[in-house]
Amino acid sequence: MVAVVTTLPHIENLPGWLSLVCGMALFARAWLWLRNGRLPRWWLLAPLVLAGAAGIAWQYHSMFGRDPGIALLVFFMAFKPMEMTTRRDGMVIIMLGFFLLLTHYFDTEGIAAGFWILASATLLTAALLRMYGGAQPIPGVFRYSALLIAQALPFALILFLLFPRVEGPLWGMPQDTYTGLSGLTEQMSPGSLNNLILSHDIAFGVQFETDMPGRSQLYWRGPVLDSYDGRTWRTSLTSNPHSGNKPVTIETTGEARIGYTIILEAHNRRWLLALDLPVELPEGATLTPTFVTRSRMPIRFRTRFTFRSVPDYVVNREEAPHILQQAVRLPLRLNPRTRELAESWQRELTDPEQISAAALRFFREEKFSYTLNPPQLGANAVDEFLFDTRQGFCEHYAGAYVTLMRAAGIPARVVIGYQGGELNPVDGYLKVRQSDAHAWSEIWLEGKGWKRVDPTASIAPSRIEQGIEAALPESDSLPALTRFDGGWLLRLRYRWEAVNNTWDLWVLGYNPERQLETLSLLGMEDPDWRSMVSAMMLASGIALFLIVCWTFFRRTKFAPEVRIWRRLCARLERFGIRRAPWEGPLDLAARVARERPDIAPLINRAASHFAELRYGTGPLEHSREHLHALRDCVKEFASLNLHHSLRH
Amino acid sequence: MALRQTFTQWLFRFGQDEHLPVVLTQRRIFIMPTGAGVLYAIVLITMLIGAINYNLSLGHALVFLLAGLGLVAMVHTFRNLLGLCITPGRAEPVFAGETAHFTLHVENPWRHARRVLELAIGKNPPVTLDIPAGEQASIAIPCATVRRGRLDPGRVTLASRYPLGFFRAWSYPHPPLSCLVYPKPLNEPLPPASSGWEAAGRRGRSGQEDFSGLRERQPNDSPRHIAWKAAARDIDRPLLVKQFDGGAAEELWLDWAAITHSRDSEMRLSLLTGWVLAAEREQYRYGLRLPGCVIAPDCGPPHRDACLEALALHV
Repeated sequence: MVAVVTTLPHIENLPGWLSLVCGMALFARAWLWLRNGRLPRWWLLAPLVLAGAAGIAWQYHSMFGRDPGIALLVFFMAFKPMEMTTRRDGMVIIMLGFFLLLTHYFDTEGIAAGFWILASATLLTAALLRMYGGAQPIPGVFRYSALLIAQALPFALILFLLFPRVEGPLWGMPQDTYTGLSGLTEQMSPGSLNNLILSHDIAFGVQFETDMPGRSQLYWRGPVLDSYDGRTWRTSLTSNPHSGNKPVTIETTGEARIGYTIILEAHNRRWLLALDLPVELPEGATLTPTFVTRSRMPIRFRTRFTFRSVPDYVVNREEAPHILQQAVRLPLRLNPRTRELAESWQRELTDPEQISAAALRFFREEKFSYTLNPPQLGANAVDEFLFDTRQGFCEHYAGAYVTLMRAAGIPARVVIGYQGGELNPVDGYLKVRQSDAHAWSEIWLEGKGWKRVDPTASIAPSRIEQGIEAALPESDSLPALTRFDGGWLLRLRYRWEAVNNTWDLWVLGYNPERQLETLSLLGMEDPDWRSMVSAMMLASGIALFLIVCWTFFRRTKFAPEVRIWRRLCARLERFGIRRAPWEGPLDLAARVARERPDIAPLINRAASHFAELRYGTGPLEHSREHLHALRDCVKEFASLNLHHSLRH
Repeated sequence: MALRQTFTQWLFRFGQDEHLPVVLTQRRIFIMPTGAGVLYAIVLITMLIGAINYNLSLGHALVFLLAGLGLVAMVHTFRNLLGLCITPGRAEPVFAGETAHFTLHVENPWRHARRVLELAIGKNPPVTLDIPAGEQASIAIPCATVRRGRLDPGRVTLASRYPLGFFRAWSYPHPPLSCLVYPKPLNEPLPPASSGWEAAGRRGRSGQEDFSGLRERQPNDSPRHIAWKAAARDIDRPLLVKQFDGGAAEELWLDWAAITHSRDSEMRLSLLTGWVLAAEREQYRYGLRLPGCVIAPDCGPPHRDACLEALALHV
């Protein structure tokens, strides 16, 4: 049972054959258990286990590292019950189970996984209870194990908040840790963005400190692609930090400042996605000559960054010549028709801004359409797109526009990133998904610096104003959740996502910085690890104390007559008479009559009342009178007691 | 070494308990992690390192939850013993070499059930006991015997690993316990007529041969003498036993002095014990003569027990 529960979540991540083998082993064990069959001998098991381990080594080409490690654990977990005979074996299985529970979180960290912790921990505890508590009714075992877990929760909370967090990793991690992260890449070839747009994964979330700018301003700047080989746009080396570069000069032209915090999902790249154009960067981040924010290390964990951006700006009025040269370079002999068109504009119009406007007009007035399923393009991709197929989406438009500008001698380049996002009205959290991936362009104008131009806005303005789902014709397929009609379902979804954001922020994103923040909110001045540890100890101590108190105050109350009788017996000891444990009330009274005749009548009365209350068969309504009489006896005895002690 | 002994003495409060019942208070309950508990801690530390290394926030949460579980388990293990009231019961006498069983009455006056209490005396195998809330249970704790005499088994170890097995709580209640251990019987034929028999002067079974009538059965009567045929004829009547003539007159003296001196005194006592049992089995009237102690001839279990006690406590 334990084995099944802890291995189950891993099935989807393991190679098929291993899942099958493990499933069969568990099934066989259950069958043996039901039939009370004999467990297989070691000489049958040992080769099987060795073969399995060899298979895992072959599958992953290694025995070490995360994935083969998990596979091995799952495999052992499936086979260990086959030789479970002693309590010790059971303990090993349960410990393995705890460990496997941890490995489960490599893949999922959602709210459901959080509840899964509780459920599976309760189950494992119940298994331990069964192991150490012998046969008991199952519901009772689960109730008790739930009680244990419930009492453990305050400790978990205290430790979670106060245990000094250390930023991982503690040692170098194998490469396989970051496989399967989706996101932008530093290049754009036909279809690369297309796949991303079909993904509903979250790229990052944004919490605005100031008012959120209009949707058409939400350009989240990713890599800048300034090198084109006729098929793929790439980031050239010139845009890397370089000795010939001038520092980035940003002149703000408006009053507006936008402060916001980005919770960036791990993408294992160094760029951060800032709103155009960031003036205040998070610590440790730098702005490249192409205005891309880069962090020191690849983003391998969900991380928070705080920015301040200006929406109105003039950037790099003066630009380094090598950057400008790179921004007009085009592959020779390709796309002749495009060149021809651009050169005709260049002849007719002298002002680069007019040429740009002509290009946008060309997109708008010719029959271009916006679709995620464009036809395939050949060698002269831009020619074919501009004059033949005329169907495409942002990457085609941005690429074609930049090609046109470059052919006309205007420095231009492609920028990829995200545009827009989905605002959750419940908590004001903007969620940007991979489906918000976008490509746009910027051109450099003499005296005006780099200026953003989004040709997609000319063809499908709704893409920019409302998001991808509004821009696409109905026939295009998008993830089910992206298209939504609104109504209560949408509200429900917003609410759920608000809960999820809180979870992300407080549970998953609880890193050292967040811990410091939280603790200063809780009133700890300048928390360091020492004060954290002492606070943790103190709080756990208090919790432990409360539980111990609970332990002490849950004792049974004795029946009132027993309590009174015991008091009487305690007083009797001062007279040198100690009630033997087996002595009944009447026996005791008889003994008192022999040893201390002076107090005998009183004790005799008390004893008979007590005996009647405790063992008598008289009517119940008399019990109250007996109780009163017994109490009176004790009072009387107490006063006697006082005289007795005064006399001595 | 002596210091350590004094320390242990003070820590565990060795020494017999004066007040009965013995109540297990927090001062008398000790708790230590078991091997499983240490393993659990190691697993948790490993998991914590893994969680830190891979920045698994939920991994942290899991580790902390389990750590809390460990602490709670400690309290619960302790609670499983807390407040138990122990009263000693009686122990049936046994022969040396047999296992004595000391009865303890354990009362659970609290509102939660106690499970899997392990009780043991010394190195003897423990017995386990469950007590529902507010109830009392009795348990016989085995204790191997070696020598005859009055056996004081010393303190009882009352331990528990329930609920999770990570901790073992224990206490050393020391109620007054005592068990009479008879000498180990030697199975040898009864003494020859010349030395053992008086009055009748002949060895025989006359006391059981001459049937003289029926009388109502007394509790002490041997089942061999029950008149089963008579009982079968009339089921409603009380059981009858057959009475025999002649036995009353003959007396067998089991005499310490009559045994050859080649045997040491323990051997002699064992031999006498064997004879007492044999004589009782044969329904003889027998007396016991020990240095400084003479028991007049009689028959029946109370007489046998008196003889055996005299043999057990012989100095």
